[in-house]
Amino acid sequence: MSTDNGLLVDVKEVDKLFKRGSEEIHVLGGLNLEIPRGEFLALMGPSGSGKSTLLNLIGGLDRPSAGTVTVGGERIDKLSNRRLASWRSRHVGLVFQFYNLLPVLNAARNVELPLLLTHLSAAKRKEHVETALSIVGLSHRMKHHPRQLSGGEQQRVGIARAIVTDPTLLLCDEPTGDLDRKAGDEILELLQTLNKEQGKTIVMVTHDPHAAHCASRTVYLDKGQLSREPVA
Amino acid sequence: MKYLHLILSNLKRKKLRTILTMLSIMIAFTLFGYLAAVRVAFSAGVDVAGVDRLVVRHKVSIIQFLPEKYRDQIERIEGVDSAVFATWFGGIYQKPSNFFGQMPVEPEAFLDMFPEYILDDDEREAWLSTRTGAVVGRVTADRFGFEVGDRIPLQGTVWSKKDGGTTWEFDLVGIYEGAEKGTDTSNFFFRHDYFDEARSYGEGQIGWYWVRVDDPERAAEIAGLIDKEFANSPAETKAEPEGAFVQGFANQIGNIAKILIAILVAVFFTILLVAGNTMAQTVRERISELAVLKAVGFTDRSVLGLVLGESCLLTAVGGLAGLLLAWVLIAVMGDPTSGAFPVFFFRTRDIVIGVALILMMGVAAGLLPALQAQRLRIADALRR
Repeated sequence: MSTDNGLLVDVKEVDKLFKRGSEEIHVLGGLNLEIPRGEFLALMGPSGSGKSTLLNLIGGLDRPSAGTVTVGGERIDKLSNRRLASWRSRHVGLVFQFYNLLPVLNAARNVELPLLLTHLSAAKRKEHVETALSIVGLSHRMKHHPRQLSGGEQQRVGIARAIVTDPTLLLCDEPTGDLDRKAGDEILELLQTLNKEQGKTIVMVTHDPHAAHCASRTVYLDKGQLSREPVA
Repeated sequence: MKYLHLILSNLKRKKLRTILTMLSIMIAFTLFGYLAAVRVAFSAGVDVAGVDRLVVRHKVSIIQFLPEKYRDQIERIEGVDSAVFATWFGGIYQKPSNFFGQMPVEPEAFLDMFPEYILDDDEREAWLSTRTGAVVGRVTADRFGFEVGDRIPLQGTVWSKKDGGTTWEFDLVGIYEGAEKGTDTSNFFFRHDYFDEARSYGEGQIGWYWVRVDDPERAAEIAGLIDKEFANSPAETKAEPEGAFVQGFANQIGNIAKILIAILVAVFFTILLVAGNTMAQTVRERISELAVLKAVGFTDRSVLGLVLGESCLLTAVGGLAGLLLAWVLIAVMGDPTSGAFPVFFFRTRDIVIGVALILMMGVAAGLLPALQAQRLRIADALRR
C-alpha cells in the first residue's frame, strides 16, 4: 500500500443511510476519521451507534452513501465490486466476534482460504499457513476442526486467517466479545504484538473499556458522530 | 483444482442429504440408460436401414400379397438397381412365446441386397446348395442354442403344406453376424423356392419387395415411380424408404420414443427439483460463510462458480454412477425379454447425451442458489 503522509485511512464526510421499507435510517452523518499507519485504534460506542458500519466501510465490505474512504492512498469507495474484492484480499485482514470459521474445514484449511485467491503453489500456501498459525501459537492444532477448538483457539485461527496474506490493515469487530476474560486477554495481547512487532495497523470495534485500553487511541461513536470522549 | 477441496468439504457437510440426493440422481440416470436401450430395441433397424433401399408392399396392408412377377417390372424402372422379395412366415418354434422373425427369400439376391448380414463363404455356399437350408442371426442362435447342422422345426400358423401338414423343417446351414452393433440379427431366413413349392396356396405371391436404388437422393422420386407403375392394378403398391418402413412397423405398438421421452422428462423434472432443493438448502444454511468468503476477497463470480461447481459435482457423481449402473445392467444382465428384442445395447450416442444431461442438470439445479450467493451483500449477510 502506498503511503500518504503516514496516513493509512482517511474517511471524509461520510454518510451512510439504510432504507427499511420507506423509512431512511441515517447511521453515519458527515463523519471524518484519520488513522495513521501503525496505529492501534479502538472504536467504542453504544449498540447501533454505527461502529460496525464504519468498520465495514473502511474494510471495503460496504460503500458509503456519500463522502470518501481512502485507504493507502486508494479511493476504495470508487472501486468496482471485482477490484474491491481483489483489494480486500491483498490489503485487509478481518477478525470477527464469532470467528466465522468454516466448520467443514480444519484450522489450516480455514487459514489457507485467502491464499486460494493468490497464484501461490500448494507448497508455498502451506508454508504461509504454518507461519501464520505459529504466530498465533497454534502450530499443534492445524488439523483440528473448529468444533474441536476452544473459543480462544478459534479466534486465534481467525486472526491467523486475517494475517496470512500479510495485510497492512487489520479490522477486528469485537474480537473478544465472545470470549472469557483470560482468553480475551490473550487475544488482545496477540493483537498488540502484531501491532508493535509487525507494524500492523489495527482498528478494533469493542464495547469493553478493558480491551480499548490495549489500543493506542480510542474514539467514540454515537448517533453517527465521532468524539474523543465517551458520550454520557 | 485448488477449490476442489472446498467444494468436497461442503458436500460432506450433510452426508446423508448428499448421499440421498446422489442416489436419486443415480436412479434417474440408470432409468435413462436402460430406457435408451429399450428405445434402441424398439427402433432396431431404423438407424442402420439402408439409405439406398426401399420397401414396396401392398397399398392396403403388408398382409396383402403382391405378385412375384412384379420384380421384373420394378427392376425395369429407371433408377432401380435391383429388387428382392420376402414373405412373412409367422411360424412357432416350440411355443408361441419363442418369437422371432422368419422369412423365405432368394438367398443369393438377398445376401447381395443386405451386405450387413455377414455369412461365411462356406455357409453361403451351403445355403445356395441346400434346398431346405436356412440361416439364422446370432441373437436368435444364442437364444435357443442353435448350431449349424441342427434340424429346426417350425409350426406354420399362416402357411400349411400341400400335404396338409403344418410342420416345416429346415436344415440350419449358417449363422450370420451383424456388420454393425445395431444390425438386427434376430431373424431366420430360408429358401423361397422350397417354400413356394411346398405351400398349399399362394404360389407366385410374395409379401413385399426390397428395392435398391442407384441414387439415394432420388429414393422418394423412385418410390413414386414404382407406385405409379402399379396404379390401377389389382395389387397397387406403397413404396417407401426402408427406415420409414421399419419405424412404421415399430409404431404399430405405439410411439415408443415419445412414451419413453415422456417418462424421462417426468423423472428428470422431479430429480431436478430434488437436486435444486438440496442446493437451495445448502446455500441458505451457510449465508454467513459465503459472506466470509467474499469478505476475504472471493469475487461475486468466484462464489457463483463455487456453488455451481458443487451442484455440478453432486449431479456428476450421481449421474455418472447411474449411467455406469445402466451400462452394467444392460451389458451383464442383457435383454430383459430373453431375446425378443432384436438388439439391446447402450449406444455411445446415448452415453454422450446422458453426460450432457448431467451437466445441464448440474447447472440448472445450482443456478438459482448460485445467483443468490453471487448477489449476497457482505455486510447484510455477516449480520445474519
